[in-house]
Amino acid sequence: MSTEFVIPDTAAKTAAARPAPGESAEFQTEKMSLSMGPSHPSTHGVLRLQLELDGEVVTKCDPVVGYLHRGDEKIAENMTYNQFVPYTDRLDYLAPLANNMAYAIAVEKLAKLEVPARCQAIRVITAEMARISAHLLGLGAFGIDTGAWSVFMYSFTEREKLYKLFEELTGARFTTSYSRIGGVARDVPEGWTGRVNAFCDQFLPILEEILGLLTRNKIFMDRTVGVGVISKADALAYGLTGPNLRGSGVPLDLRKDKPYSGYEQYEFDVPVGTKGDSYDRYLCRGEEMRQSVRIIKQAIAKFPAGKWYAEEARRIYAPQKDKILTSMEELIQNFMIVTEGPQMPAGEVYFEAENPKGALGFYIVSKGGGVPWRLKIRGPSFCNLSILPKVCVGTLVSDVVSILGSLDFVMGECDR
Amino acid sequence: MSATADVTTALREKFPQVTLRDSLDHPAVNLPAAEVPAALRFLRDERGFDLLADLTAVDWAEGVSPRFTVVYHLFSTAGHEYLRVAADCVNDLEPSMPSVTALWAGADWHERECYDMFGIRFDGHPDLRRILMWEGYPYYPLRKEFPLAGIETPLPDAEVAAETGTKVIAAPMAGGPFVASPGEINLTEAEPRAKDESWNEHREKPEA
Repeated sequence: MSTEFVIPDTAAKTAAARPAPGESAEFQTEKMSLSMGPSHPSTHGVLRLQLELDGEVVTKCDPVVGYLHRGDEKIAENMTYNQFVPYTDRLDYLAPLANNMAYAIAVEKLAKLEVPARCQAIRVITAEMARISAHLLGLGAFGIDTGAWSVFMYSFTEREKLYKLFEELTGARFTTSYSRIGGVARDVPEGWTGRVNAFCDQFLPILEEILGLLTRNKIFMDRTVGVGVISKADALAYGLTGPNLRGSGVPLDLRKDKPYSGYEQYEFDVPVGTKGDSYDRYLCRGEEMRQSVRIIKQAIAKFPAGKWYAEEARRIYAPQKDKILTSMEELIQNFMIVTEGPQMPAGEVYFEAENPKGALGFYIVSKGGGVPWRLKIRGPSFCNLSILPKVCVGTLVSDVVSILGSLDFVMGECDR
Repeated sequence: MSATADVTTALREKFPQVTLRDSLDHPAVNLPAAEVPAALRFLRDERGFDLLADLTAVDWAEGVSPRFTVVYHLFSTAGHEYLRVAADCVNDLEPSMPSVTALWAGADWHERECYDMFGIRFDGHPDLRRILMWEGYPYYPLRKEFPLAGIETPLPDAEVAAETGTKVIAAPMAGGPFVASPGEINLTEAEPRAKDESWNEHREKPEA
C-alpha cells in the first residue's frame, strides 16, 4: 500500500483550531488521502482505490480502473469470429470455459445456429465446473482478506483437481479456448464424464468442510455480517448481477430466467440473500457451488449421444481434421473458414450468460462477413465495481477489504 | 411475446418519433437523442425495465452520418425480457447524448467508458472523465480511424498535464513489484531484484 499523506502544518492548524475562550472545544481532524492498490493484496489484481479518510472512516472512494485494459473490443473488430475465442479466456480468467461458451452462444445467435444436445450438455458441464473453480478461488481469496488462510489451501486443492479435468478435456489448464462457433473443439475423452462425476462425489463433503471453516466462524462473521450492505434498489440501479445481486435479495439468475444451452432441463435452486451484506454474498456463492454440482450430475446422468458440433454449420464450423486431409470439399471449406472467417448475416444481437461473476454480455453488430463491425463486452465485474463509491463510504478501511473480497471481481473482464 | 410487442406499441404511442429497429433477437427501437431520458424513464417506471444491462456506442465510420449511435440494453427482472434502445448522436464531429445517470446510478461508469472510447459527451453526467485510459490521453481508441496498433503516447506525467491542462494523479506504484517511478527513485534502489547494477537510468548500459 502506498500512501499520499497531506502533511498538515500542525502548529498553525492547532493554533487556528484552538477554540476562542467561551466557545466549546471540538476535535478538528485532517482528511487523509490513501491510495489502495494497484498492487495491494486485497485488490485481487490491479484495482486502485483512491480513498479519502477521516481517521479510519472512509469518506470518499474513487476506484481507478483500466490498468489491465488491453483493448479487447478493438481487437475483436480486427479479426474473425473464431480468432477471438482465445481472447475470451482472458476476460474472467478464473472461468474461461464459461466465457468461451457465452461468446460462442452470442455468435451462434447471430448466425441463427442451433447446436446439438450433446454440445449443449458439454458446455453446461464445463461452465458449471468453471463456476465451482471461480467460486473456490473467490472464497479462498475472501478468506485471506478476512484473516482465514487455510480456506485458500483447501479450495486450491480442489481447484487443482478441476484443472486436471480441464487439461484432459481441452489441453490447457487455464486458457482453455474450448468453444467454437457452432460447437466445441472436440468431443469429451473416453471416461471423462465418469471422472467428473467422481470429482463431484468427493467434492461435496470437502465443500462442507471448506464452508464450515467460515460459515460460523466468529472472526469471519465479525468481519462480514452487516458490512457492505447493498440494498435491493441500489443493486439494481448499479446494474449488479450474479451472486452480488442475489445476495441483495433479487432472485435473478439468467440460467433460470432466460435459459440458454439447455439449462431449462436441469433442476437447481437459486440462492438469495436477505440483508445484502458481505456475509450474504458469501453464503450465496457457497450454495451456488452445491447447485452447480447438482447440475453437473444431472447433465452427466442424461448425457446425450450425437455430435459435438452443428453439422449444418458448414460455412462456420471448421471440418474435422481427417476429412480436411482426404476430401476436396472439406479442404475448401476449411480454407474459406480460416481465411475469410465464418460467414455471418448482417444484424445485431445481445446475449448475456450467467457467469460466475454475473451476467457476461456480448453485443455484436455485424455487417455480414467473417469479422464483427462492433463487439461490446459487458463485463459483470465492471458493473459490480461501480457500486464501490456508494458502498464504501462510511465504512472502515478494514471493511473495504472485506467488501472487495465479497464482491469477488476480476480485473480482466472489468478492464477488458 | 405479446408483452414485448406491447412495450414497443406503448412506447410509440407515448413517443411518436420512435421507430422500430432491425434486430435478430430482442425487440429494438430507435429514439431521437433528446427523448432518451424521458423514454427510458417511462420504460423503467411503467414497463418494469429496471436493470440497465448495458450501455455502449457504435461508430459507423468516418463520413457516415449519423456517425455515432448510443445503444442501451434494458432488462426487466420481473418479465425477463430485454429491450434494445438506440439513439443516434446529432452532431457527428462533437457527438453528445443526454445522460441517464439520474435513472440508473450504474450508467455513470458506462457513460464514462463511452466517452473514453468514442468521445461522446453525456450531457448532465456528474463526473465525465476517462475511465479505462488515463486522464489526459489524447485519442478515442474505439473510433474507426484509430489504428489497431495504437498511437504511441507518452505516459501521463507533468508535461502532459501542463499541455492538456488536466490534473494527472500519478499512480503511486513505487514499491510494487517490478515498478519504480521514473526520475524520482533510482531503479536499483527501488527494485532490489534488479541484480545487475552496472547500469541504471543515470549510467548507460555498457556495450555487450
